[in-house]
Amino acid sequence: MVDMDIKSKRTEFFNGARDTLPLVIGAIPFGIIFGTLSGGAGLSTAGTMGMSLFVFAGSAQFIAMGLVGAGTAWPLIVLTTFVVNFRHLLYTAALLPYLKRLPPGWQAVLAFGLTDETFAVAVGRYGCADDNPYKHWYQLGSMIFMYTNWNLCTVVGLAAGRMLTSIGRWGLDFAMVAAFIGMIIPYLKNRPAYFAVLVSGTAAVLLNELPHKLGLILATIAGITAGIAADTLASRETNAG
Amino acid sequence: MGMALVTFLIRYGLLPLSGRFTFSKGTTRALGYVPPAVLTAIIVPAALLPDGHTLQFSFSNPYLVGAVITAVIGRLSKNLLITIVGGMTAFVLWQWVLKAGWF
Repeated sequence: MVDMDIKSKRTEFFNGARDTLPLVIGAIPFGIIFGTLSGGAGLSTAGTMGMSLFVFAGSAQFIAMGLVGAGTAWPLIVLTTFVVNFRHLLYTAALLPYLKRLPPGWQAVLAFGLTDETFAVAVGRYGCADDNPYKHWYQLGSMIFMYTNWNLCTVVGLAAGRMLTSIGRWGLDFAMVAAFIGMIIPYLKNRPAYFAVLVSGTAAVLLNELPHKLGLILATIAGITAGIAADTLASRETNAG
Repeated sequence: MGMALVTFLIRYGLLPLSGRFTFSKGTTRALGYVPPAVLTAIIVPAALLPDGHTLQFSFSNPYLVGAVITAVIGRLSKNLLITIVGGMTAFVLWQWVLKAGWF
């Protein structure tokens, strides 16, 4: 029986890793780019590795990097990271039925590595009808693969980046603009979102001269308020009509 | 780096607590505006005021042109990597065009 157990755990583990392969490959360019751009944004090598090791969240890492580069105040970086990673809360909620039976050590480890990719893959596995008690190993396999890959790529990027800093300076700082635009677009799902973006952008330009990046914070607040206001107005209309 | 620590703390604290509290619907929606607002506040000045001070709302501003093209690509492709690569290519190409004096 013990033999069977170990074999099952290992099978689940490697299956998890195997099924995550396409996603891992997709993450490679991002990991390397992150390592490369981090120096230009003002992150130390230690800070960059720290982010990949401890935060392990691609989009949040890019955004935080950009915010640091723009000289943003701490509370705003924390808040934005919180919101951007918020969906991970939903992932944990979705997997709760399977995870709650596990000991707290397991829960902590799995929760740490619950990225979009691992969630997508794991939710498929948990959803299968079989009764295998080792499905969490599947998730672990997926997670370890992504994690190792992500950090290796960050290292590669860091090594390459230090060599390329002078060459890519202008190109690289536009890269951040391009990346952020790409990340904003999925949020533009309704009119209030467009309005928020419009207000935020305009305010940011108008308030640009303020010290300590106050302009940034105020523009963000303005954008959020605009979005909420438009949102509330829109739902009032639908309720009344 | 302190930032790594703080970010780690929020994320780590957040995930295991998921079962125990939920935000109201209103707060969730409001929070949803934070990322686009903050990201926009950063990139719009970067695109329109590339040297930090003067408003360059013209074709000779490659950041602006690049940003617009990136936005279009992003809208059409919905793929982040393509958007970034496409936008970067447009930016670099436009810089050449400007340097060559064709425009």
